[in-house]
Amino acid sequence: MSKKLLALVLALSMVMAMLLAGCSSKPDAEGSTPPAENSNSGAQTPDDNKDPAPAGTGSVYWLNFKPESDETLQKIAAMYKEQKGVDVKVVTAASGTYSQTLIAEMDKSAPPTIFVIGNQNGVKDWKDYALDLTGTPIANELNTDAYNLYDETGKLVSIGYCYECYGIIVNPDLLEQAGHKVEDIKNFETLKTVVEDIHARAAELGFDAFTSCDMDGSSNWRFVGHMANLEYYYEQEGTPWTECPATISGKYMENFKNLYDLCINNSLTAPNALSVGGHDASQEFKDGKAAFQIQGSWEFEDYKDTVPNATMIPYYCGVEGEEKAGLNCGTENCWAINSKASAEDQQATMDFMVWCVTDPEASRMLVDTFGVMPYKNAAESTNGFLADANEYSNNGCYVMNWATNFQPNVDEYRAVLTSALNQYNADQSDANWEQVRTAFVDGWATQYQAINS
Amino acid sequence: MFILKRKKSSGVNALTASTRRWALLFLGPVVAAFAIGFVWPFIQGIYLSLCNFRLISDAKFVGFSNYVKAFQDPSFTHSFWYSALYAIVSLVLINVLAFAVAYALTQGIKGSNLFRTVFFMPNLIGGIVLGYIWSMIFDGILSHFNTSILLDSKFGFWGLIILMCWQQIGYMMIIYIAGLQAVPEDMLEAARIDGATRAQTLFKVTIPNVMPSITICMFLSLTNGFKLFDQNLALTAGQPIQIMPGGASIKTTEMLALNIYNTFYGSNAASQGTAQAKAVIFFILVAGLGLAQLAYTRKKEVQQ
Repeated sequence: MSKKLLALVLALSMVMAMLLAGCSSKPDAEGSTPPAENSNSGAQTPDDNKDPAPAGTGSVYWLNFKPESDETLQKIAAMYKEQKGVDVKVVTAASGTYSQTLIAEMDKSAPPTIFVIGNQNGVKDWKDYALDLTGTPIANELNTDAYNLYDETGKLVSIGYCYECYGIIVNPDLLEQAGHKVEDIKNFETLKTVVEDIHARAAELGFDAFTSCDMDGSSNWRFVGHMANLEYYYEQEGTPWTECPATISGKYMENFKNLYDLCINNSLTAPNALSVGGHDASQEFKDGKAAFQIQGSWEFEDYKDTVPNATMIPYYCGVEGEEKAGLNCGTENCWAINSKASAEDQQATMDFMVWCVTDPEASRMLVDTFGVMPYKNAAESTNGFLADANEYSNNGCYVMNWATNFQPNVDEYRAVLTSALNQYNADQSDANWEQVRTAFVDGWATQYQAINS
Repeated sequence: MFILKRKKSSGVNALTASTRRWALLFLGPVVAAFAIGFVWPFIQGIYLSLCNFRLISDAKFVGFSNYVKAFQDPSFTHSFWYSALYAIVSLVLINVLAFAVAYALTQGIKGSNLFRTVFFMPNLIGGIVLGYIWSMIFDGILSHFNTSILLDSKFGFWGLIILMCWQQIGYMMIIYIAGLQAVPEDMLEAARIDGATRAQTLFKVTIPNVMPSITICMFLSLTNGFKLFDQNLALTAGQPIQIMPGGASIKTTEMLALNIYNTFYGSNAASQGTAQAKAVIFFILVAGLGLAQLAYTRKKEVQQ
């Protein structure tokens, strides 16, 4: 009995020892022999630097926040591995869960080396984890400083890798069928005339003015995030905010109301049926069921085949001089490098980023996905909506910057505003609009306090 | 005789000795899993509730200030009372209805098995999916009255009750059926012979005998009620939000777990510690209530 037991224990310990040896020897073998040298030689082809640290031993981990660009990024990662032999891991957070995913991933032993800090709220939360990018190779590739984010000490926390624009997307063919022209829309009055005419004749025309304006989580950002920008933009009175103001005045709330009312009351779905959602606004637009949609340039790739003539017009909302308005241009797509990553990983990440914006093939793919990349050597943009944005600027129109990026405690602020808008949608009374105003204006101050106390 | 006795006792000794020897091997994996998956995170959680942190790997100790903040937070107290109300209403409704269904299905109706399967099935669907489906069902109805489940906290409350009843009744029903089938036939027969009515038999014989099932079902529905998260998130996510004149806001249909989640991922870095403190309070609360309820209903159980 005891002999048997002894034999068993011995056998077990032998197996354990073998397993342990196996475990420990594996990384050794990988770390020191051929593969590593291969990757070294691969990465060192452009190697003119005198830095003794061998390039290419690090790896790249990109935590991406846009599900729609995941496919392209995976291809880019594979391409880079093939060309340079450096591992690039791309993980995409599920829609709307980026901040949760980031918190979880940053705590792991191999945290993301590239992550996104897209707005001032993000800068506040994550600046301690971001490398100062001032004067780095990737910063030197930029052709504009307009999309970079700095913290209060002037540290370059994250840099824009693409920018976008949003406004009202129009299907000119449908407008023509209804006897109107896009060129006729010059301000809120003319927009209102066209929209209300189409909505009144929707049954006869077979299409409506606006797509459904769902207020559920998958769609409410078009109103509480994007459309709200017009109020913030005009409130800046020409001097863009550089940091989040503690309070806002709500001076242009009436203008926000103008456009918002126009959208919800002239759309495919009645205003009281928007709260829970369940309508696919983009599909409605592609199917030609509606002539207008509150959307952004990122939809271009998706729309170019079905609505080839689609164009984008500014948020006309009844502000004086808005005939000179342009599109809302800005970005939330800003790269930050993890300052807690190892030096090798940071170097590998920097090399990868530079490659993304300089390699013709890679930047072509990325530009087609993202719209445009503000880098000297990146591929030219083919995005029609961004071309619209440039045309407005070239015609002397003002660009509406993304002041919305300053929304304090953004998720909470938007949730409260959404709830107030839901009440208003069901019953468009003055009292309910007062609630919207409270959420919009006083809510700003409240949330500012919440994150700064 | 003597030899036999001796042999026997040495056999028992050998058995206990070998049990001792092997106990570690058999218990080890479970103990390890429990320690890694529960004990350690739990201890770390308590420690983190005393810290300020963005990432748990660099937490700074701050003492009890998180607990002070948690108790001062009006949304936390609101969600506590809301959860308590919800837990009581759902506890009563789920158990009464589940028992009624189980009782009906043990009376030998044709197709009982089919009914049992159908009643149990909602339990197999995930909470998030259920929440979204029901939000559309409720809104399909409420939109005729020009309103929505997201517009009135009463709708949110009863919507959640209906959803949870629909999901949980089948599960509790299974436990009750097992309990009902274990009621000794001779007791029921004795009651019949003594001339007890159906109601008398039910209250004096059947229910005392299924008390163990009632204990477990009440424990499950009480703790489930307090711990509810997915369905709450998917059905209303706390909407409608009551907006105070100053701009402060309270999510009227937010339950405890969702409040903790929203605190953790909301506002500033300090709020994560507060959320952690809330989670510890939440644990003590749920454990305390659950154990108290267990102790109380255990007393009512009868020995067969």
